[in-house]
Amino acid sequence: MNLHVENLSFSYNEHTILNDISMKVASGEFVGIIGPNGCGKSTLLKNLYRSLTPDTGSIYLDHKGYKDLKVKELARKLGVIGQDNTLPFDFAVNDIVAMGRSPHKKLFQGDTKEDMEIIQNALEKVDMHTMADKNYLYLSGGEKQRVLLARVLSQQTDFLILDEPTNHLDIHHQLRIFDVIKGLGATVLSAIHDLNIAALYCDRIYVMKNGSIYKSGTPEEILTTDLIQEVFTIKTDVRIHPVTKKVMITYLPESILNKGENNIEED
Amino acid sequence: MDTHITKQPKGLKETKPILIIFFLFLFTIATVILAIGMGPVSVPAATTSKILLSKLPYLSNLVESGWTQLDENIIWGLRLPRVLLGLIVGASLSVTGVTLQALVRNHLADPFILGVSSGASATATLGMLFGTFSFLGTYSLSISAFLGAAFVIIVVYALSRVNGKINMTQLLLSGVAIGLIMESITKLITLSAPNALGLHNATFWMAGSLAGAKWEYLTLPLLAMIICMTILLINYRALNALLAGDEAAGALGFNVNILQTMLVLIASLLAGVTIAVSGSIGFVGLMVPHITRLLVGSDHKKVLPVSAFLGGILVVWTDVAARLIIAPEELPIGVLTAIIGGPFFIWLLKRNARK
Repeated sequence: MNLHVENLSFSYNEHTILNDISMKVASGEFVGIIGPNGCGKSTLLKNLYRSLTPDTGSIYLDHKGYKDLKVKELARKLGVIGQDNTLPFDFAVNDIVAMGRSPHKKLFQGDTKEDMEIIQNALEKVDMHTMADKNYLYLSGGEKQRVLLARVLSQQTDFLILDEPTNHLDIHHQLRIFDVIKGLGATVLSAIHDLNIAALYCDRIYVMKNGSIYKSGTPEEILTTDLIQEVFTIKTDVRIHPVTKKVMITYLPESILNKGENNIEED
Repeated sequence: MDTHITKQPKGLKETKPILIIFFLFLFTIATVILAIGMGPVSVPAATTSKILLSKLPYLSNLVESGWTQLDENIIWGLRLPRVLLGLIVGASLSVTGVTLQALVRNHLADPFILGVSSGASATATLGMLFGTFSFLGTYSLSISAFLGAAFVIIVVYALSRVNGKINMTQLLLSGVAIGLIMESITKLITLSAPNALGLHNATFWMAGSLAGAKWEYLTLPLLAMIICMTILLINYRALNALLAGDEAAGALGFNVNILQTMLVLIASLLAGVTIAVSGSIGFVGLMVPHITRLLVGSDHKKVLPVSAFLGGILVVWTDVAARLIIAPEELPIGVLTAIIGGPFFIWLLKRNARK
């Protein structure tokens, strides 16, 4: 499944938020979007999963324009984990994951045995099957996020759009969730705020700045000291890690860097 | 391992919905038979059952008559329509509550939060005291209350649409504001009322009462109830998804705008028609859905039918209390539901604040 965005622009109350964005995600690719806060990552993703409607430009999923796709049809092809995942009512974990089956169901059709198996498998994949009867409200942040991942898995889509899916999670759960997603073999477009995570998992990266695509390429091409300085205005040391063979970024904050320079002068 | 410790107490959450509904149905029948007998003139349950059976086709010959004509008049002419109306009104108010709570994603939404009851009261009072809508005939009260409800809903709905989507904050606030305006208009009408008897009737009706129940009052609310319930049950998955948020519902393949419009219309229709026959019986739409969720969880496939039954049963029993507490006089049932419902609302508020 591939995604094709052409000249997408979006503004809110005459405020341009996305400016002439074009991008491509090929079938099976894991594509990351990085950029500083407020650069328009979330807004772009919302346009792509149709929570917002772009002012101009077109979006194609498998060469089919969004205008010709029904909401339900899109939901069978495209799974989403957004940012706002509050749920003010008490649902069991099972019920939440069962919601993922919705786009495959007719009106008033109940869950079949097959649906139950899909739900069970999804829960096993994120290692939450022992918690199936638990109340979602009482889960920890990491558990909640895994349940939402299970919901998207039970939706059985070939394409996933994720908006910082590991936000607020500890490093163990961050790696776990991305490992599960990577293991699916699905086509993925994800906003990622941790540059090292982006380096570890992405095949390609789009960099956004001020509502436009600044640059795109492989992690090696994108995650360079110069580019990170230009976009995030921080100093970094970038090298290839001997074990992962992936780009590894070490942040060099002012406070430590200044001390280092002082030491050198003293020597 | 120790999974039995980590599990939450489930209540009826594992029980099959069909079983729960079957028991609630039996309970409802028992409620009807018992409640009919209770009032200023009490009739034994056995007599009540016989009178009811004698009215059923094919069974009437099997029951030997042994009751007075007075009993039959009370049971068949007065109490049965009243109890049945109580069931329908309670069910409608509860389902309206469930609908509104799904719409605004908040436990605290109540059929009256949109100002619907105030709007209905205003036009109904106008009709009652000045005969404004008397050209509409026997249904004049129902129709005038319905018109008021519909008017408020359309205004509130128009005010709360921002950039083509319903803005929840706007919806709630404009509901409160329009409700207050309508209440002031009602006061204006009652203060300039030409006759005292009409004023007394209007005040009683506004406080919520099932006392005037007649057989012909049942048709419209029952019809509205069946239609709305069917539409809601067909869309139970969509309602569930809506609780997870507009965005999640959209991503799960539901057309959120159409869905919200539908919910607004259903809630308005149910509330309008109900208020027309019973006045404003507050807090039922708040309490019943909440108790239902505590019992069976939040899945609308269960919440909708269970809250309908529970709401009906609650209103019927509250109505029994309303006609017994100061017998032979009657309390407006709305006064009783408010006395129970007010503290319940405050408890919910505190509980929500703690979360």
